[in-house]
Parts: sequence; structure tokens; C-alpha cells
Amino acid sequence: MSASDTPSSSGVRVCGVRFENIEKRFGSLIALRGVSADIQPGEFVALLGPNGAGKTTLLRITALLMSPTSGKLRFISARGNADSPDSAPAANGSSPEQTKRLIGMVGHSIFLYDEMSASENLNLFGQLYGLDNLSARVTAALAACGLASRAGSLVRTFSRGMRQRLSIARALLHGPRLLLLDEPAAGLDKQGLEWFGATLSRLRNEGCTVMMSTHARNESLELATRVISLRGGRVEYDTGTGGDPRPRLAALRAEAG
Amino acid sequence: MGTSRAAAILLAKELRLEFRTREILTATVVFVLIVIMLFSYVFEPTAGESRRYGPGLLWISFLFAGSLMLHPSFAREQTNDTLDALRMAPVSPFSILLGKLLANFVFLSITEAVLVPVFAVLYNLSLTGVAGRLAIVLLLGTLGLVTTGTVFSAISAHARMRELLLPLLLLPILAPLLIAAVEATTALFSEQPVLDRTWVPFLLGFDIVFLSASWLLCGFLIEE
Repeated sequence: MSASDTPSSSGVRVCGVRFENIEKRFGSLIALRGVSADIQPGEFVALLGPNGAGKTTLLRITALLMSPTSGKLRFISARGNADSPDSAPAANGSSPEQTKRLIGMVGHSIFLYDEMSASENLNLFGQLYGLDNLSARVTAALAACGLASRAGSLVRTFSRGMRQRLSIARALLHGPRLLLLDEPAAGLDKQGLEWFGATLSRLRNEGCTVMMSTHARNESLELATRVISLRGGRVEYDTGTGGDPRPRLAALRAEAG
Repeated sequence: MGTSRAAAILLAKELRLEFRTREILTATVVFVLIVIMLFSYVFEPTAGESRRYGPGLLWISFLFAGSLMLHPSFAREQTNDTLDALRMAPVSPFSILLGKLLANFVFLSITEAVLVPVFAVLYNLSLTGVAGRLAIVLLLGTLGLVTTGTVFSAISAHARMRELLLPLLLLPILAPLLIAAVEATTALFSEQPVLDRTWVPFLLGFDIVFLSASWLLCGFLIEE
């Protein structure tokens, strides 16, 4: 399953996101303190930082699962191809339903029903996204994530790694142009990690924008074109668009031992 | 995607999950059958007493059934955060609420379909000649009960002590509906059965008000 095989249900080819002074409070706790960043379409952003830095909150705000207390979130999308992202801006002013078609998310939870089979889960979400050729898409998605032989098995019978692979397949089913990944490699075995790495690599080549929260040792970080580190709800550093994230990643790995 | 299409997809999901696990229906039907049988042994009702007390006992049983089945409605979406997955899909918040509401309506209607004939036998009441009109009262009362209950299930799902919170929130709001439903049912079981012209329109009005309120407030209910 690839984004080019399964173009976004919105018809949009590329999507970026702009954070303008985002602040998020939970009562007296301030999770994000004026986060600003301009994520260009096609960028692969590694979101790093210690526990409680605000990574998950930022991803959930981007997924429209929560609203910022203050600040603005803007999506920048175009119907052209990844090489000409400015060809026809589309998402600004779009309805939340249209914007949601651009976004796929893998979170801490798997977002799947335990008492439904793998194929029933994918069919359900495919129907909600109004996808064409759903049966073929679901078959392809299950084959891609290595679960074709367990298509009819209930999710509750799956191992942690199988559940995570299915969760990733669910997030990619509608061909999102902005992929949000929150510790996506959790529970994946060596085979699963290889499949996941290859999938991310293909998505990056196809111009899909990726924001991935992870730890410094994750091998998928080699794909990152930009590193944003959060600490205490603030941007600690940002290698920026076009910057080289490798020295920073190397330093982080050395720090982590 | 239209609200009705999305709600139909979600209703199908709810029915599939329930008929696979039978978590809600089995427990509820068994519980209310026990309640209605216990009441009949305690009161040993004659036909006259049944006409007076029966409708109240019947709607108390429906209220118990509703309280039992409405709580898991949103609470079970917390496993694996599936409500977040629904919120990320390009469907309106009202379609999510409507899918739940319709599923609860189906579940409570099935419970009532089992309970009412048993009730008629145990309480010496005849359904002949009133079945159609009773169905109207049950439909309006059930719709009001599940609309209000589904809304409060969404509100209480994120709260601590949610099992306690739902009945506490629900009972005061449902009091007018229950009074109207009992009065309308009593009128049907009287010696000259009539479809009450005060309480039946009241039930209809209650349903319209709470359905409209759920449509207006669904964004706040389903969101964060």
C-alpha cells in the first residue's frame, strides 16, 4: 500500500502545516507555550523531547483532536504534485471534514475495535472516509502490513506488534498527505520495523508530510529532513526547512548513549 | 459524507459489536425481567390495581434498562481510544451521536418488545385493541429516554465516578418525560383506552426539544 496507489480521498497531493504561537493549557498545567513552526509540504519532521515536553499535545492539536487554548493552526495544501506545492492552495478555508481527509494519525492507542476483525476495522474506517474500491484497498492494506492471513481474526486476538501494524495500515488507508506518528514503532518486531521503515521511506518520496514523535535511537529518524525538539512546552531548537538534521541527531544519539 | 450515511455506518458498527458480544442486551433483558417479576409477586396485582400501578412499574423498568445500557454507549469507546478515531474521520460530530442514539433506540426497543408481553401476562392486562397506540407511546417515550441518555452518556464518559454520575444527571432531566409516559400509558390501560391528548403531544415536544439540543450541542459533546 502506498500513497500513490491510494491517493488522498480529498484529491489533494501535498499538505503542510503552520503553527502560530500555539499555547495549550490543561487547567493550571501549560502543555505548550507559544509553539511556532512552519512545516513545508513534503518535510519529514522528527519531533523530539523528553516525556511531558508537549509532543503528543502538539500532534493531537494537529490532528484536530483538541483545540489550542490560543494561537493559530493553518493547513497549507495544494492539488498539484509534490514538486509544485503552490500550484493551487486548497485547504485554507476548507471545512474541518475536508481537512481531516488529509490527515492520518498513529497514536499511543491503536484506534481499533477489539471485537471486530482486522478487515472489519479497515472497512469501517474506509466507509467513513467514503473510499472507492474499498474491498481492494483493504485487501492491499492487509497484505502490505503482513496481516492478510489474519484478515478475519478479531483484533483482540492480535499480539502488540500486529495491532500496531494494523493501526498503521488504518492510518494510511485513505492516503493521507499529512501523517502524524506518535511513538509509532512501539511494539513492532524486527520485521515490523523493516516494513514500517520502508513504508515511511516510500511516503517521504511521494511527498507526504510526516511529523513523527519518537526517541533518539529510532532508526526511522534517518529519514528525517528536519528536527524539532520540544522541552517544557517550548521549541528548544529547530533545524529548520532545508537544514541538515544529521549533526543534531548524532549529538542526541551520543547523549542517549 | 452526509450525516445520515455516516450515522447508518456507525449504527451498523454498534449493532455488529453488540450482537457479537451481547454485553448490553442480555444483561439488560434479564435484569428488567427479574424486576418486573419481583414487582408482580410483591403486589399480586388485580386488573384494577394493574391499571393504576402497572404503567409506573413498566416505565421504571424501562428506566432501569436505559440506565444499564446507556452507560457503556460512550464508555466502551474508551478502549483503544476509538472515539478519537471516529473524531478524526471526516464525519460530523452529530453523525457520531446519531449513530449511538439510534443503536440505543434499537437496543431499548428490543428490550421493550420482550418485556411488554411478559408484563401484560403477569399484570393481567390485555394488549388487544391498544397495541398500536401503546407502540406510539413507547416509541415517543423511548426516543426521549435514549436521546437524553445518549447525550448524558457522552458527557459523563470522561468523568470519574461516571457509573454514578449518569443516573444522577439523567433522573432529574427525565422526570417530566417519565410522568408524561406513565400518564399516557395509564390512559391506554384504562377501561376506555384513549391516546391522551395532553401527554402524547408533551412526549413529542420533549423529543423535539432534546433532539434539537443534541444537534446544537453535539460539537461540544463529542469534541475534546
